[in-house]
Amino acid sequence: MELSREEVRKIAELAKLDLTEDEVDLYAGQLSHVLGYFRKLQEIDTSAIAPTASVLPLKNVFRDDVPQPALTPKQVTANAPQSLGDQFLVNDVFED
Amino acid sequence: MAHSEWKTIVGLEIHAELLTETKMFSACPVVDSVTAPPNTAVDPVSLGLPGTLPVINKRALEMAMQVGLALNCEIPPVNQFARKSYFYPDLPKGYQISQYDRPLAVNGYVDIDLSDGSTQRIRIRRAHLEEDTGKSMHTGDGSLIDYNRAGVPLLEIVTEPDIHSAEAAEVYARQLRAILVYLGVNDGDMSKGVMRIEPNISVMHKDDTGYRTRTEVKNLNSIRSLFRSIEYETARHIKAWESGEGVRQATMGWDEAKQRTVVQRYKESAEEYRYFPEPDLPIVEVSREWVAEIRATLPELPIAKAERFMNELGLSRYDAGVLVAERAVAEYFEQGLTTGVNAKSLANWMLGQLFSLFNARNITREDIATTKISATQFAGLVKLVDGGTINKATGVTVLEEMYDTGADAQAIVDAKGLAQISDTSAVEAAVEQMLAENPAWLTEYLGGKDKLFGPMMGKVMGILKGQGNPAVVKEVMAKMLNARKV
Repeated sequence: MELSREEVRKIAELAKLDLTEDEVDLYAGQLSHVLGYFRKLQEIDTSAIAPTASVLPLKNVFRDDVPQPALTPKQVTANAPQSLGDQFLVNDVFED
Repeated sequence: MAHSEWKTIVGLEIHAELLTETKMFSACPVVDSVTAPPNTAVDPVSLGLPGTLPVINKRALEMAMQVGLALNCEIPPVNQFARKSYFYPDLPKGYQISQYDRPLAVNGYVDIDLSDGSTQRIRIRRAHLEEDTGKSMHTGDGSLIDYNRAGVPLLEIVTEPDIHSAEAAEVYARQLRAILVYLGVNDGDMSKGVMRIEPNISVMHKDDTGYRTRTEVKNLNSIRSLFRSIEYETARHIKAWESGEGVRQATMGWDEAKQRTVVQRYKESAEEYRYFPEPDLPIVEVSREWVAEIRATLPELPIAKAERFMNELGLSRYDAGVLVAERAVAEYFEQGLTTGVNAKSLANWMLGQLFSLFNARNITREDIATTKISATQFAGLVKLVDGGTINKATGVTVLEEMYDTGADAQAIVDAKGLAQISDTSAVEAAVEQMLAENPAWLTEYLGGKDKLFGPMMGKVMGILKGQGNPAVVKEVMAKMLNARKV
């Protein structure tokens, strides 16, 4: 399956990546290759296997509603590239 | 404008934070995100730090199921969380854990009573669990992000587009809020954003065979603004279609100051959230036994309570509706009833004198339990009036004093000597005094001017310092006047 340059640009946009024209060509090839592997998987007959979202046979893993201490505000913002007071400081978001 | 040719089409999405102790997917405490200092209730899971894993809060799941059952929904045997991917600074992971194709509750309904006396069924499409986002505050020089709210359990309740007027939307929203408050899963405070309502609005022409473009309205901080935004937006749509300009699909914001909607952004293409099953969370299997257990925990809900007040206590539909609208009010009423007071009198005094006092003192009805007058004390006052110890006017005075001091009605009546005068000799003396002071009235009255009876009775009540038993005063005075006619 070949991914078009247009599809790659779309995927990049959704992932907030700025790609050069060369990179679009590069990833179009690489991603098409990856999809090729999955086409291989699709050859397997799975008609007798129930669809699942997980490979683990787990269900109903819950916790009780009992609080544990939170981090301190200093710890919370410790890794922030920018912070002000005890808050994260980010660039304003302008929506189109 | 030919409004009759157009029909309003509204579907509502309600987001309600659940009143759990901890967040949806971690043991991080939940705090009041309006008043708590920023980033004081945040843990590595709320931040989506690498290596963290979510674990489902069982209490949140149970609360959501309670709501689903209260909304007459089916609870499917399996529900599942999914990732909704988008980028925004208040969403630290780059995705929100939500539910998509396997929600927790589906196909419910709420029946609402409209002012024209009709009842309408609003179908609930689905209710699903997700996590709330953080809060961003725009400073003009960047945005500040507080993640206290990130990860708080959020229940989204979506109706079918069955709502056809601003009034119906308001009634539905009030009823839904009452249900959430009765269940104790949300306090219903829209101004704090713990309950958020977003209408999807379009209009349909009588000749239309399908839906027209719709707009969504955000930023509504009260049910009143929900009502107004639907009225405004519907009129805007009709005008735009009739002028040929048309409506563009958009997210609108409600401007409370200007009482109008403004475009926040146009939606040119369908949003791509790339939902897929959340790999970090196993499925939730809901056995029928579990559903039965949850159903057994449901309290009596507003509609059932109102029906009972009507059928068992003989209250009017209106009175019952007002009493059940706020859970705290209904509880106050029912607590008062335990004293054996007459239910109708208690209802009349609550809806009349007590709520007038609340209005005068700027108290909201939800805060009824926080005032100095307990439910049993209030019932005590109503009993004194019903039993004739004090008259209605004195009752109002006593009520105000109870409100200020928290004293019992009987204690106030005793201390101030407010008990009603039913003693006929005292009343007779007062009537004699009135006649002596106003000889002209007697002559005119005896001459046929019957309407003087009112002012004369007023005078007698004044002489009795307002404490005369009106029925006794009327009877004694009538008897004495008739005696003079002969």
